[in-house]
Amino acid sequence: MLIRAKSDIVSSEITPRGIYLRRREFIAGAVGIGAAGLFGLPHGAEAAKLETLKSPFSTDEKPTSLKDVTSYNNFYEFGTDKSDPAAKAGSLKTTPWTVKVGGLVNKPADIQLEDLLKPSQLEERIYRMRCVEAWSMVIPWVGIPLADVIKRADPQGSAKFVAFETLVRPSEMPGQKGLFQPLPWPYVEGLRMDEAMHPLTILAVGLYGETLPNQNGAPLRLVVPWKYGYKSIKSIVGITLTEAQPKTTWNAAGPNEYGFYSNVNPKVDHPRWTQATERRIGEGGVFNKRRETLMFNGYADQVASLYAGMDLKANY
Amino acid sequence: MSTQTPASSLTLSPEWIKTGIYTLGMVPAAYVFYLAFTGLLGAEPIKALEHSLGEWSLRFLIVGLAVTPLRKMAGINLIRYRRALGLVAFAYALLHVTVYIWFDMDLNLAAIWKDILKRPYITVGMVSFAILVPLAITSNSAMIKRLGAASWQMLHKWVYLAAAAACLHYILLVKRWPPEPLIYAAITAALLAWRVWDKWQKPPAGARVRTR
Repeated sequence: MLIRAKSDIVSSEITPRGIYLRRREFIAGAVGIGAAGLFGLPHGAEAAKLETLKSPFSTDEKPTSLKDVTSYNNFYEFGTDKSDPAAKAGSLKTTPWTVKVGGLVNKPADIQLEDLLKPSQLEERIYRMRCVEAWSMVIPWVGIPLADVIKRADPQGSAKFVAFETLVRPSEMPGQKGLFQPLPWPYVEGLRMDEAMHPLTILAVGLYGETLPNQNGAPLRLVVPWKYGYKSIKSIVGITLTEAQPKTTWNAAGPNEYGFYSNVNPKVDHPRWTQATERRIGEGGVFNKRRETLMFNGYADQVASLYAGMDLKANY
Repeated sequence: MSTQTPASSLTLSPEWIKTGIYTLGMVPAAYVFYLAFTGLLGAEPIKALEHSLGEWSLRFLIVGLAVTPLRKMAGINLIRYRRALGLVAFAYALLHVTVYIWFDMDLNLAAIWKDILKRPYITVGMVSFAILVPLAITSNSAMIKRLGAASWQMLHKWVYLAAAAACLHYILLVKRWPPEPLIYAAITAALLAWRVWDKWQKPPAGARVRTR
């Protein structure tokens, strides 16, 4: 469709400008509330840059370009088109940001983002990202293990699952208002406790060595690299430990199409399309060839044991 | 309109309008291919190209379906341009299928056949395309003469099914309910429903009118 094609160009031209504007906003915020201290940066460093440690969990595959990572993704809070997040997320205010950590924990708290991050060391995690729509990227995330945050909350023995919740703020999230609302809000997700505690599972605050752009789930998002992208919930305001399996947004929207587990699995097709192959974004333009999708998105060595004995066709 | 002066060459004769439909109609295709091959079509150029061509095909199908209701309801007679609209719609459908087979599926015919059998949205899309092929082949005066006007008309009523299938193909493809496929489906449904209504209003001669 011609109009959409045109808007793609426009948004891709806007994207760098959006990042530029966000950067200024960040610097302004740093002056106001000392956000540079938030990530433990030396005084006078460029505010948006993050100090990170390298991680053995990182892939050595070539990362997808910053432009593609920040201009092509799903974030329905800003619209259903994959150019919408980059075009419309600019007005989201991410400072101050409070995360409510609660449920079956001994230390429930409303935690400011900087306090949530302070005790942990930021790491760079270069992960494959596989969307359920059969495209994939390689993204250099910056984040902390989710396990750090959960351990500090001191989980109770009865906690079996972790539920996550995205911000609801229609005034700054245009996808949450108007006539066509694709999903009920808030967007919710969940993991089994052992999945949440797995060292691959991180809470990301940045990508490409800088704080997250709004369109990628600023200021705090989940990244679970062996599951389809929609499990990696964005702009998190709530983390709740539960005994029962929590409701998840896409599972509720289409239970026969999207399961609770949503592990990347080339042998279990989406009812309407194949999951056996994927297209890596940014490779070869119109001559981009499909590549084979790997079991657990290539993380089988690390995570297959979590699902030993489970029927993955039934628990998709 | 009708003059014999040289100035008449500047007025829009039906032939000029037809040529205009064919050439202007293909401008979006040229533009979207240009964008695709110059890296200006975003992160997934194949998908964007494929979807754009499919959507343009549906648009021209819808405009073609609007010709008869426009004539009967608004008195605007565009019937002499309907063939051009239909053929442009077919050209887009052909490009759409070509991009699917060649760029999207990398000419993997076995995988394509599996898709057609297994994926309802592909099945329905291919049904729509398969219907359009004979309609396009018979969209010329020679074929009308050969088939006879009545059977030619009967054959071309299959376009209703092709358009409905195209709408369904689009709806089956999307996640959740973005407005575009539903809007196209609603317009198509209205244009087809108008035909049912029109037929009911004026039953053909010889029909049993006493039941009304």
